[in-house]
Amino acid sequence: MRWVEEFRDPRAIRALADALAAATTRPWTIMEVCGGQTHTIVRWSLPDLLPPAIELIHGPGCPVCVTPIAAVDQARALALRGDVTLATFGDMVRVPGSAGDLLSARAEGADVRVVSSPLDALALARARRDRTLVMFAVGFETTAPATAAAIELAAREGLDNFAVLAAHVRVPPAAAMILGDPARRVQGLLAAGHVCAVVGTEEYPALCERFAAPIVVTGFEPVDLLAGLLACVRQLEAGRAELEIQYRRAVRPEGNPAARAAIARVFAVADAPWRGLGVVAGGGLRIRDALARFDAARRFDLAPLAAAAAAEDARCRASAVLRGLLRPPQCPEFAAGCTPERPLGAPMVSSEGACAAYYRYARRHESA
Amino acid sequence: MCLAVPGRLLERWLGPGDVAYGRVAFGAVRREVCLAYTPQAEVGDYLIVHVGVAIQRLDEEAARQALALWAEIDALAVDEPASDPPEGTGSR
Repeated sequence: MRWVEEFRDPRAIRALADALAAATTRPWTIMEVCGGQTHTIVRWSLPDLLPPAIELIHGPGCPVCVTPIAAVDQARALALRGDVTLATFGDMVRVPGSAGDLLSARAEGADVRVVSSPLDALALARARRDRTLVMFAVGFETTAPATAAAIELAAREGLDNFAVLAAHVRVPPAAAMILGDPARRVQGLLAAGHVCAVVGTEEYPALCERFAAPIVVTGFEPVDLLAGLLACVRQLEAGRAELEIQYRRAVRPEGNPAARAAIARVFAVADAPWRGLGVVAGGGLRIRDALARFDAARRFDLAPLAAAAAAEDARCRASAVLRGLLRPPQCPEFAAGCTPERPLGAPMVSSEGACAAYYRYARRHESA
Repeated sequence: MCLAVPGRLLERWLGPGDVAYGRVAFGAVRREVCLAYTPQAEVGDYLIVHVGVAIQRLDEEAARQALALWAEIDALAVDEPASDPPEGTGSR
């Protein structure tokens, strides 16, 4: 088992594409929730292999993209205080806020560091006890365990110069919101494999039943995506609406109990604003009161994100892209006024953003 | 941020506060990973890692079953005349 090559095997891809064509008798609209899956779909030109009756809609599953602009503004303001070192993931430093991105704050003298893990930010806090280190932490249930680990270690070590500006969001409530939309076009969902690897799948059967939609927990390689689509289409064709796990090598129904327990110790479920979707009930995580000293929002008395307004660049159509109403190449600014080098909005910045996926892999379709 | 490629655990050790850490290879790239949530991970296991923390150990038996699904589909189609020769990768 080499774990990647087998799931990119051209013969497997062809066999699954043929099986999908044979299984499809009617038009179906299916959303892949996760931006990592969007990248696989676009990179491997999977829509070209699908029967024309199947329409894929790209979901909001890019944590950088759904982070409210107000959160970027708060991070930027903290970075510019002078007494704070702000650490965050590489994708976040180039997301435009109302008054510029975090890189431009660095040009103005702010101490902004790029880290690949909240644990690296914790190491920076250990090394410089005279400065407050704020980790600007975004992400789904996949990154929340790392943030929880950093906060628990900081508590254990008494690292009082460490704090987290947390913009963590939860996927199942957003999936419920998408399926419950009265104008919904989506008939089936491919759920995000790695989110489920952490939190499990216990919340999904109720959603399948309530919204009469099949949900297939799917992996990230082309064979995974096609097998997930095949399972979803077979359910739709048979009139079934059940939870299925395609990505069994990583997803157990109970998820990862140790990681879930850490998330529950550190965070409480809270309503949270998602860019594009608005405030999602139960759609985010807030640091628990017992750990409030590690919460940058409370330490620096920041406004709740749900109440903080921030101006988007009027030219950016990110909200429509994130709701599956607009394909990136349909945006007038795509690859013209908006590129990864000079992005107008987060979906063009992030390694999981739909606009970046089309820019990187599918511009040839547009020039054809 | 969401690195979807699995990595192989090369070595593991106990860090400060008795937290397990390991060195994980993602192709040619190696990095240190926190194993706090996958304490059962053994050297040689493949792990899913997000932002420096392993979130799950991959199950080889489940992977083989997933691959058997398409192999079954492929076997059903094998009697039909192939439009072009299979690009055998020897992975079956």
